[in-house]
Amino acid sequence: MEMSEQRKIRVVVAKPGLDGHDRGAKVVARALRDAGMEVIYTGLHQTPRQIVETVIQEDPDVLCLSILSGAHNAIFPRIMELMGENEIDDVLILAGGVIPEADRAELKDLGLEGFHGPGTPLKEIVDYIRNHLKR
Amino acid sequence: MEIQALVDKFKVGNRRALSRLISLAENGFKDARLISKELFPLTGNAYILGITGAPGTGKSTLTNKLVQLIVENGERVGVIAIDPTSPFSGGALLGDRIRMKDNYTNQNVFIRSMANRGRLGGMARATKDVITIMDAFGFDYIIIETVGVGQSEVDVYGTAHTTLVLVVPGMGDDIQAFKAGIMETSDLFVVNKMDLDGANKMVMEIESMLDLNQKVEVSRSKYENSAMEQQSWRPPVQKVNARRGNGIPALWEQIMSHRHHVESKGVLECKQLNRFKNELLDILEERFKLQIDQILDPKENPSILEDIRAITERKANPYSIAEKLGKRVIESLENGA
Repeated sequence: MEMSEQRKIRVVVAKPGLDGHDRGAKVVARALRDAGMEVIYTGLHQTPRQIVETVIQEDPDVLCLSILSGAHNAIFPRIMELMGENEIDDVLILAGGVIPEADRAELKDLGLEGFHGPGTPLKEIVDYIRNHLKR
Repeated sequence: MEIQALVDKFKVGNRRALSRLISLAENGFKDARLISKELFPLTGNAYILGITGAPGTGKSTLTNKLVQLIVENGERVGVIAIDPTSPFSGGALLGDRIRMKDNYTNQNVFIRSMANRGRLGGMARATKDVITIMDAFGFDYIIIETVGVGQSEVDVYGTAHTTLVLVVPGMGDDIQAFKAGIMETSDLFVVNKMDLDGANKMVMEIESMLDLNQKVEVSRSKYENSAMEQQSWRPPVQKVNARRGNGIPALWEQIMSHRHHVESKGVLECKQLNRFKNELLDILEERFKLQIDQILDPKENPSILEDIRAITERKANPYSIAEKLGKRVIESLENGA
């Protein structure tokens, strides 16, 4: 007998680093809410430690990182390192904001799976999440 | 099995196991039942604070300051921050962490955001389960921050040891303070944003409302013992500025004196009685509801279509069919389905 009908997709949307541009992250957070997901928005200026702590405490299925400052090559590896230290390997990690094509292969190797920059239709992000959940 | 493995990790202080168990309890009645069986014996040590008030009164900001004070005292605190679920999409935007970033890498703090998943009353269905899990983990304090409430979401008062009601100046005249509901279910009033115009007037209005409380004999059916406890406890009214931290140490002293009151005068027994009575009601309602949903679902129970046809053709009336179905609900519960 199936009793756990109430499972919802939980998503943490975080803005790492010194980047004040959160319009995109807010639009995505709103779209995921409207798609029936539970979205935890952390606000601006998050350190990698804070982001990974949020993942530990909130137990999301998905972590969306939005960054437009160009610091992704410094910040994302640190986040992935801390995720590894805490043995978190079942969270789908997506990047938004401005990540140049040339940097993506290396970030993919670290475990970031989807890249959805400015102009991505919101439905595409919703569908991507639904089709790539790791648990 | 998965839960047992998580419980083992949980018992040695693994925060991720704590977090996973909360998700499982939140997502299903069956898992919540198993988890309670494992962890409930370890509970009973945490002191539960409820923080409630209208949207934008500063609940998260105040919670952040109280969390800070608790960890500075060398104690551990779990926070349950509840926000509403959309009635249209079923989704939610949980934004309480934004005001709590000062504290959330501290290993003595654990903050969990919850959507109320359509539950009225200010808390979520699984809030009681999260309290059990956090209490068993060893937190000294658990703070429940309710959804932004209106006038009648009073569930937290039935659960917390100490309930704080937050108000801010400028939200109506003194009649608002005299209305029934949330203003009656407070152990402590907090007037936040104390530097705004009208803060002193607000304090006066609440105080004069409380003056009348002392003189009127009240009978309360749901919280039967609270009339007795109200006699010996007059809720203090504390002005604060939660963002800057003004008034917070004084507020904490008042919380502690209420705690002393609760723990020393048999009030605790009354609170426990109310709390677990509500919890049992909750669990029973859910247990019956699951069974009722199954019996009303034509996929699980095809004969329901005939029953409904009998009603539409006026061969039976809804009460008689309900009576019949009620017996089936009880049978299936007895069979342990």
